Amino acid sequence: MPILRNGAVIEDKWVLLDEADEPQAGTPLVVPSEIWRASRDRYLKWYGPLGIRLSPADEPSAIAHDFGRFELIEIDFPVFGDGRGFSIARLLRERYDYQGELRAVGDILRDQFLFLDRCGFDTLAVRQDQVGAWKEALSELSTPYQAATDKRTTVLSHRHPAKAAE
Amino acid sequence: MYRYDEYDETLVQERVDQFRGQVARRLSGELTENQFRPLRLMNGLYLQLHSYMLRVAIPYGVLSSTQMHRLADIARRYDKGYGHFTTRQNFQYNWPRLEDTPDILQDLADVEMHAIQTSGNCIRNVTSDEFAGVAPDETHDPRIACEIIRQWSSFHPEFSFLPRKFKIAVSGAKSDRAAIKVHDIGLRQYQNEDGETGYEVMVGGGQGRTPMIAKTIRPFLLEKHLLSYLEAIMRVYNRFGRRDNKYKARIKILVHEMGAAAFSGLVEEEWEQLKDTSLQLPEAEVERIQSYFEPPAYEDINEPVASFENKRTEDKGFAAWVNTSVFPHKQAGYAAAIISLKPIGGVPGDASAEQMDAIADLADQYSLGELRVTHAQNLVLAYVKKSDLYALWQGLVEADLATANQGLITDIIVCPGLDYCQLATARSIPIAQEIAERFADIRRQHDIGNLYVNISGCINACGHHHVGHIGILGLEKKGQESYQITLGGRADEHAAIGERVGPAFSYETIVDAVETIVDTYIGIRETDERFIDTLTRTGTDVFKEALYADPA
Ligand code: SF4
Repeated sequence: MPILRNGAVIEDKWVLLDEADEPQAGTPLVVPSEIWRASRDRYLKWYGPLGIRLSPADEPSAIAHDFGRFELIEIDFPVFGDGRGFSIARLLRERYDYQGELRAVGDILRDQFLFLDRCGFDTLAVRQDQVGAWKEALSELSTPYQAATDKRTTVLSHRHPAKAAE
Repeated sequence: MYRYDEYDETLVQERVDQFRGQVARRLSGELTENQFRPLRLMNGLYLQLHSYMLRVAIPYGVLSSTQMHRLADIARRYDKGYGHFTTRQNFQYNWPRLEDTPDILQDLADVEMHAIQTSGNCIRNVTSDEFAGVAPDETHDPRIACEIIRQWSSFHPEFSFLPRKFKIAVSGAKSDRAAIKVHDIGLRQYQNEDGETGYEVMVGGGQGRTPMIAKTIRPFLLEKHLLSYLEAIMRVYNRFGRRDNKYKARIKILVHEMGAAAFSGLVEEEWEQLKDTSLQLPEAEVERIQSYFEPPAYEDINEPVASFENKRTEDKGFAAWVNTSVFPHKQAGYAAAIISLKPIGGVPGDASAEQMDAIADLADQYSLGELRVTHAQNLVLAYVKKSDLYALWQGLVEADLATANQGLITDIIVCPGLDYCQLATARSIPIAQEIAERFADIRRQHDIGNLYVNISGCINACGHHHVGHIGILGLEKKGQESYQITLGGRADEHAAIGERVGPAFSYETIVDAVETIVDTYIGIRETDERFIDTLTRTGTDVFKEALYADPA
């Protein structure tokens, strides 16, 4: 699937770990969270860039101490109606101060692009036919009511500028 | 009432444009029905057996006469000339065409209305007390919290794909007229002993297949923490609510399975991290919203109002209407009037375009151009001078809207049932109509007094049967419709789930059974004792005996 960052397709260097295959040293490797839990020590020593793929049931606090090791965290959306990933993303960004790349993968739709962006995702694995939808999808709502992970100015801070400046 | 500023207006307009695009993509086939589904649901558009159904939000039940006229216009132009007021203070069109829906939404947006989040697994329209701002027992106007919640929950980036739909209700009075204890979150606004304003926070109430009364997870929450606390609850629910089974996905199941204490613990832990963030409500914003709900410029009127009292003794029909349909008001010389949408033999909650226009005109003439929708599917004019009540009543009589049955046995809450709903297991509207006809004699209704009959056509309980004084649940047994009776349910501050009395009744015998219950009550009640109070005093046994006694 094409990877979008700010609406542009970027090259995807990452390889999702498949235990049947021995990955080549140096490969940018994404380790599914269940494998990470079982073989953490082994992959901590991975020679090369390291990422992890979280499932929506994962508890971010359980791996928070390893965040420094990850250049990429993927959050899986098994079906688009499963919104747990939105909360996990905000927790990673706002609670655990994760600064690396945060990617949404799985069953995501263009109509979620804006919400994903607002919750702190910076890259999205999107369907081929929705690659061009970014700009329009993000412009569908100019000023949100509520604050989120993004730094968009909210309705509230427009209404009460003095307050926001404090 | 609240008026949009440029930001509200822009948001709603953008949503119309966005939905126009989505409908176009659906019509062109770019979106499959499966993909379109969550999107149309977020805009209140359901797909029913024979057509789409569009649910329009009426935020906490308040609308202007201009908006009412617009609802009527749309009913004429795009639907079959009528519409339906729901138990969630919303409005439904039953026959819109998909390709018309963007235009309908545009027509709504032009009068500051929308269908945002009236369906789907998101935070739905917040509901409240239909007498907000005018009830004598009110300490805090709940519309302010409602509007704050409406804005915060609209297009919430984190909470738009919840395990299941989510309903919040707010009350700020001694009597609970918003049924807050049977909502996902119920908020009771009050002042604590230190003179601070805040909320009792209740979570996990609900009806449906597993009815539950909400548990208090925080006895007092300072007003300024409202949104951070709600956000904490929502995050816990979004993450841990069940997604494996749609029937176990409501927050009540999570609270129940986890225990209220454990649930509250998680929420408090999350809230600790959120409470001092930008979610804290700026006072200026509370004041801004409050300013829209300032009391109107009332006239100084002395009670009693002679013309009103005279008419009341002169005209029996008027007197009967006053007894049921006029609610006391904070302000001397004023009253709130209830317009019944439950004519005997009609479909509860339905209104024709002509009636809606007539009601809007009456609101302009007598009630500052404002209307409310009640959760019992009636309407309220909240600012009527007592001296105008007689003229108002005459206007209602003319529009066929003066049924004097508010709170009485024919003021039935009923879901669409088998006549409209594909999930139904039995008819419900015809049962309501037959009960109404059986008790059509208005003197008899008044003699029976306050009694809520609620009817659902299947266990999903959209007719709120669990909280009816008499609840009727339509089921299907061996290809036959059968009706189960529960007694003692209530949705007020003493909220309770009704108790099942015994084996179900057939379509033919259910109305007799209701009559047996009523007659039993008449036989044993003490002076001025309401049905529900008699029931509380005696328990259900006498009623069971009467219902299941061997006729021989
Ligand atoms: S209670 Fe059942 S029959 Fe009635 S509207 Fe709800 S789903 Fe339909």
